[in-house]
Amino acid sequence: MLTTLTELTIVGILILTLFAVLGLVLVFMERKVSAYMQIRLGPNRVGYKGIAQTLADTIKLVVKEGLTPNGADKFLFNLAPFIVMFGAMLLMAPIPFARNSQIWDLNIGVLYITAVSSISVIGILMAGWSSNNKYSLLGAMRSGAQIVSYELSAGLAIISIVVLTGSLKISEIIASQETGWWIFRGHIPVLISFVIFIIAVTAETNRAPFDMAEAESELTAGFHTEYSGMRFALFFLAEYVNIFIVCAIGATLFLGGWMPFHIGNWAGFNHLMDFIPSSIWFFGKTFFLIFVIMWFRWTFPRLRIDQLLNLEWKYLLPIGMFNLLLMTIIAIMGWYF
Amino acid sequence: MFQEVGTTEMGDLIINVGPQHPSTHGVLHLVITLNGETVKKVEPHLGYIHRSIEKMCESLTYRQFIYVTSRMDYLSSHINNHACALIVEKGLQIEVPQRAQYIRVLLDELTRIASHQLWWGAMAMDVGAITPFFHAFREREVINDIMEQTCGARLTMNFMVPGGCMYDIHPDFVKSVKDFMAFFRSKLSEYDEMVTNNPIFQARMKDVGVISKENAISYGCSGPVARAAGVVCDVRKLSPYDVYSQVNFEEALETEGDCFARYKVRMKEMNESMRIIDQLIDNIPEGDFQAKTKAVLKLPKGDYYTNVETARGDFGVYIVSEGATTPYRIKFHSPGFCNLSALDHMTRGSKIGDLVAIMGSLDLVIPDIDR
Repeated sequence: MLTTLTELTIVGILILTLFAVLGLVLVFMERKVSAYMQIRLGPNRVGYKGIAQTLADTIKLVVKEGLTPNGADKFLFNLAPFIVMFGAMLLMAPIPFARNSQIWDLNIGVLYITAVSSISVIGILMAGWSSNNKYSLLGAMRSGAQIVSYELSAGLAIISIVVLTGSLKISEIIASQETGWWIFRGHIPVLISFVIFIIAVTAETNRAPFDMAEAESELTAGFHTEYSGMRFALFFLAEYVNIFIVCAIGATLFLGGWMPFHIGNWAGFNHLMDFIPSSIWFFGKTFFLIFVIMWFRWTFPRLRIDQLLNLEWKYLLPIGMFNLLLMTIIAIMGWYF
Repeated sequence: MFQEVGTTEMGDLIINVGPQHPSTHGVLHLVITLNGETVKKVEPHLGYIHRSIEKMCESLTYRQFIYVTSRMDYLSSHINNHACALIVEKGLQIEVPQRAQYIRVLLDELTRIASHQLWWGAMAMDVGAITPFFHAFREREVINDIMEQTCGARLTMNFMVPGGCMYDIHPDFVKSVKDFMAFFRSKLSEYDEMVTNNPIFQARMKDVGVISKENAISYGCSGPVARAAGVVCDVRKLSPYDVYSQVNFEEALETEGDCFARYKVRMKEMNESMRIIDQLIDNIPEGDFQAKTKAVLKLPKGDYYTNVETARGDFGVYIVSEGATTPYRIKFHSPGFCNLSALDHMTRGSKIGDLVAIMGSLDLVIPDIDR
């Protein structure tokens, strides 16, 4: 009993550390990527080439006063950032970071991911409602409508891989990609699912061009308008960790996770690829997807709320459903490579 | 007059957008009534940056009052100054040397391009794309450098005086303008790639904030806002001043009257401005840059009106003179004020996101509206 508790504590602390490091790295990456796209240099003063910039920002946010506006529902207002954070943390559990390094390989891994990822919307709604600010309220309502809608598409895209693999367990999904990643083996339906997945998770994480919940030119800062100091930092951190997680899931399901680039039964080639550590494969793929999502943000204008919902209900969802049907036929007939 | 923050009896939400809000481009205060995401009513409240420029002008001499007008529409300060110089010249019948006329028109058109560049960046930012803003400023910076070379200032130039220009152009002026033209031509296609042809951008702009030709006229809209609805209203064409009668250019016209039409009009205007500069830059005549004028200017008794085309539209100056060294009464007609008055008409029934896009497409400069 005691050893289990100790183990859990140590794992928890390690996850928290990873969480913080990921936040720092991703914020820095976003600032550098945006800077290069916007013909400027980005942070380059604090530390070597500015790498300590996010650390300095974190210290600033920690020592800053966290204001609670008048008329806010204090309990919910203070609770909301923790719920958003909590949802992001829970999602860390089933993600395999490298070969055999997974915290919790539960047998309904994919279901767990889709279920837990919808917790954060409760936190966002709570934050928007309890702030006693109309901009926050509008942002939260938008966010609620958006996340609930796009979860359907993301779910359908994920299910198409489950159909191919025949398992909900993450480790088995990765093992099934030993002879090649699904994106190469699964014909056009997997490509379509992959595109739908990327669009849907961009919307689910409230990133541009779907950043309706924040929409700084319309709603100042949306649901976190009234937050300051560390409570704002929690939202901020959760946003970036969520991006990491959805990209990690995308990489795991479509690009093989930690699985190196294998081609069928070319044993020699596969052994050569195995020489590159699996953690590098995993992080390489994940950061590539993160870069793509950042690329969206810094080049696309924002959609309007009705266009956003039209895109989901009139285009992505029907395409996703038809695609799933096609995928099922392909899986049953064994027409994939 | 100000409504309480709250809800109406109908259960609609009333929101104060501004005076400090990222999309109002200054200190504009809008009271908007919302039904969910749909805008039911927009009520602009002005006066946050009122400096009573007209009253100040009445206590300044005809040489001095021009400097104050740079602070109105600060993005087309050259053109404001130009209008004021023109009205004094008209009153005193001063013959402006050809060289000065050429320089003035060149600077006017450069100002127009700079203003439209800033608008382009801000427009893209209003619909959520942040990157174009930086690209717009990269090009605008070159124009600012040219202005700094010649006028010594980058924003409030105060370069045009009654009778011509304050100084002659910088020896490098022609070369820098030509360099800029080549540079900007290569970048305009990037503008189209990044923003104009983007399907999301087009979806946000098309059929949004539509105003018909009749309404554009009755609200007194001018400039690109009116031209996008098909109203022929370019002052440079209708009553040419300085050398505008000698250059070839087309008035940019669209018929849809929506945000995208306004966008296209301004993009075309940048091209037309470049055409005008191309025609003038090689032919700046030798001669004086300023006519000989009396030390103290006194406009004869009477009233005078002159209008010019700024980047935002028809800018008019009305002076009533009693024959003294200062105007008895002065009144500016600013294009932004009339364009803003059409905002409520354009916005009703659209979404909050549209409100921001429409405001961006109106290209409002608040100090110009409030004065």
